[in-house]
Amino acid sequence: MSESHQKQSFLRKYIFSVDHKTIGIQFLFTTLFFFLVGGALALLLRWQLAYPGKPMPVLGQVFPESMMVGGIMLPEFYNALFTMHASVMIFFAIIPLLVGAFGNFVVPLQIGAPDMAFPRLNMLSYWFFWPSAIVALSGFFVQSGAAATGWTAYPPLSAIEGTGQTLWVVAVIMVGASSLMGAINYLTTILNMRAPGMGLFRMPMTVWAIFITSVITLLATPVLTSAMIMLLFDRTMGTHFFLSEGGGHVLLWQHLFWFYSHPAVYIMILPGMGIVSDVISTFSRKPIFGYHAMVYAIMGIAFLGFIVWGHHMFQSGMNPTVGTTFMLSTMLIAVPSAIKTFNWLGTMWRGTLRFTSAMLNAIAFVSMFVIGGLSGIFMASTAVDMYFHDTYFIVGHIHYVLFGGSMFAAFAGVYYWFPKMFGRKLNEPLGKIHFALTFIAFNCTFFPMHILGIGGHMRRIYDPMQYTHLQHLQPINVFITLSAFVLGVSQLILLVNFVKSLKWGEKVGKNPWESNTLEWQAPSPPGHGNFETTPTVYRGPYEYSEPGRSSDFHPQSEAA
Amino acid sequence: MEQVESHIGQMGVDSRKLGVWLFLASEIMFFTGLIGAYIVLRFAHLQEWPHPGAVLNIPLTGFNTFLLICSSATLVLGLAAGQRGYREGLQVGLFLTILLGSLFLLIQMKEYSILIHEGLTISSSMYGSCFFTLTGFHGAHVLVGVIWLIVVFIRSMQGKYTPEDSMGVECVGLYWHFVDLVWIILFTIVYLI
Ligand SMILES: [Cu+2]
Repeated sequence: MSESHQKQSFLRKYIFSVDHKTIGIQFLFTTLFFFLVGGALALLLRWQLAYPGKPMPVLGQVFPESMMVGGIMLPEFYNALFTMHASVMIFFAIIPLLVGAFGNFVVPLQIGAPDMAFPRLNMLSYWFFWPSAIVALSGFFVQSGAAATGWTAYPPLSAIEGTGQTLWVVAVIMVGASSLMGAINYLTTILNMRAPGMGLFRMPMTVWAIFITSVITLLATPVLTSAMIMLLFDRTMGTHFFLSEGGGHVLLWQHLFWFYSHPAVYIMILPGMGIVSDVISTFSRKPIFGYHAMVYAIMGIAFLGFIVWGHHMFQSGMNPTVGTTFMLSTMLIAVPSAIKTFNWLGTMWRGTLRFTSAMLNAIAFVSMFVIGGLSGIFMASTAVDMYFHDTYFIVGHIHYVLFGGSMFAAFAGVYYWFPKMFGRKLNEPLGKIHFALTFIAFNCTFFPMHILGIGGHMRRIYDPMQYTHLQHLQPINVFITLSAFVLGVSQLILLVNFVKSLKWGEKVGKNPWESNTLEWQAPSPPGHGNFETTPTVYRGPYEYSEPGRSSDFHPQSEAA
Repeated sequence: MEQVESHIGQMGVDSRKLGVWLFLASEIMFFTGLIGAYIVLRFAHLQEWPHPGAVLNIPLTGFNTFLLICSSATLVLGLAAGQRGYREGLQVGLFLTILLGSLFLLIQMKEYSILIHEGLTISSSMYGSCFFTLTGFHGAHVLVGVIWLIVVFIRSMQGKYTPEDSMGVECVGLYWHFVDLVWIILFTIVYLI
């Protein structure tokens, strides 16, 4: 890196940066912030579920009359809360955290590139992202309140609700555009900018995962955009695409929406699988078990992900034969998922495990993903789903996959790459306390939801005490809410650790984890242009504990 | 922007070209969403769906389709001239493409104003909603293409393109041919069938 590159204005370097590392860190800060916002929204609605009709202490007085009266939450506000909780977590926290933050920071470094293929497009992607979140959240400040039709925005309700819904639709179109820019950039970068010797099958799993994820984003997101535009027209231009009164098709929305949104769950989990593979291999000091199988499994999941969307619509009156087809294709996904799970276990088996915070979170990912995957099989069977559909069982399922899966992977990624981002480690004891509390509180929060669901607790009700068949389940709701508060408060430990370590964390060299992949051959943090000289790649990314070698790792760029 | 010296990467394709190809893949899915909705909605309304010839001026739009196909040809000829180092040829080709593209938009606007005058609007019926959404989004793509072509045209006047590097022209060309192809599909399913 030359000196002239370092003399950039503050604005160019930190705000309107085109450097992939800065953009990745911008995504990281912003998405972690939205993670806390989304969590706060969830805690508000959990209060209502545990103590329906009771005034919320302290906070209750802060909210205006349109949201809470005398500290008691209004049903309309409750609807807005669960809608915005899901929207914030999915569109503004998890997807941009895994893809925007880690993809941006890690991918060019791991393939030995100086930057992304299109740095300015990369900047634009960030500058579409955060304003979209502001647009969606601004719904809380308009008269109608924020979007309140669930994150699935089923018409006819979503076509007739107030202004907040319009803002939500616009925001989703914007964040979709941001994702698309990212996807084009990742694909081009990975295909075209790999360092010499970095063949496709020498790429770390994180790169493979972001690559396949980008393919999904590229092909699925535009379909959602087209649906959102038709919904926007229904709301603003007087069309009736999804309104049956004008001859429209309510189910058309569901097909288009789920054609995107099922693949979107893989947008949210595949990058996590990639991160976890890197972390587990590094801290087991063993090559990843079945590297090629892992790659093909990701491809298989991505392909199957496009032909299973109907499993969200078993209740919609679809032809049972079609339903069975969707059921079978959905269950097929268990095969590549199991391949991955067994390969992670195989990687750890007889390894020299190092239980760092990153590793603990990665192991949590594997175990929680298994639970989320198994409950998914229940949802996939048409006959069982008829009973479980739209109950708390699905709420439990999705949180095991998205929090238990994606978020634990994201935590693993934060602990793992923090030293590369900032040249300092996160505090390990604090990291372990954060992990332990999160892991316990997470399970206490979300596991009982399965029980609620089997008991018939509907998914989006305002007041469970109104239903006699749910009254005896209320203690579970109280327990969930208390656990959720512990879960929420535990995240403050990560926040404190993060902020503290930025300034006072233990300083580290290039390769604190003794890892093989290329990013650990660059300085911590890497300068503009990443590598002092373009690295040459001589071997795969996971050659740990080679027999007959004095050190137990073998960096990809080391000649001998 | 400090670009990497060579745009040619490991795939042997220029990154900019690869980026445009990927973008077009997403565009295909976007129009697939719209066209899929059109097919579903049309089949749901087979009874009241008007015969295209009864509402639309097919000869006029047929002529417009011809113009758009010609514009793809002029762009190909312009690019070929540019790659042989014949700069004036490139400029004439770009200019004619811009002209034909703008003409397409003008005729489409004329068509719209006649239809709206006759009472067919985006909210008048499901037919109107589908018609204006599909053709409107295509028109918006043509507009973007014309603007992009104008930028490329100005750069060609500044001598930015050489026989070795006329990637900027190739990229707009890919997009333009794509927009042309989408129109041929739309013309078939909206105007002919
Ligand atoms: Cu699904």
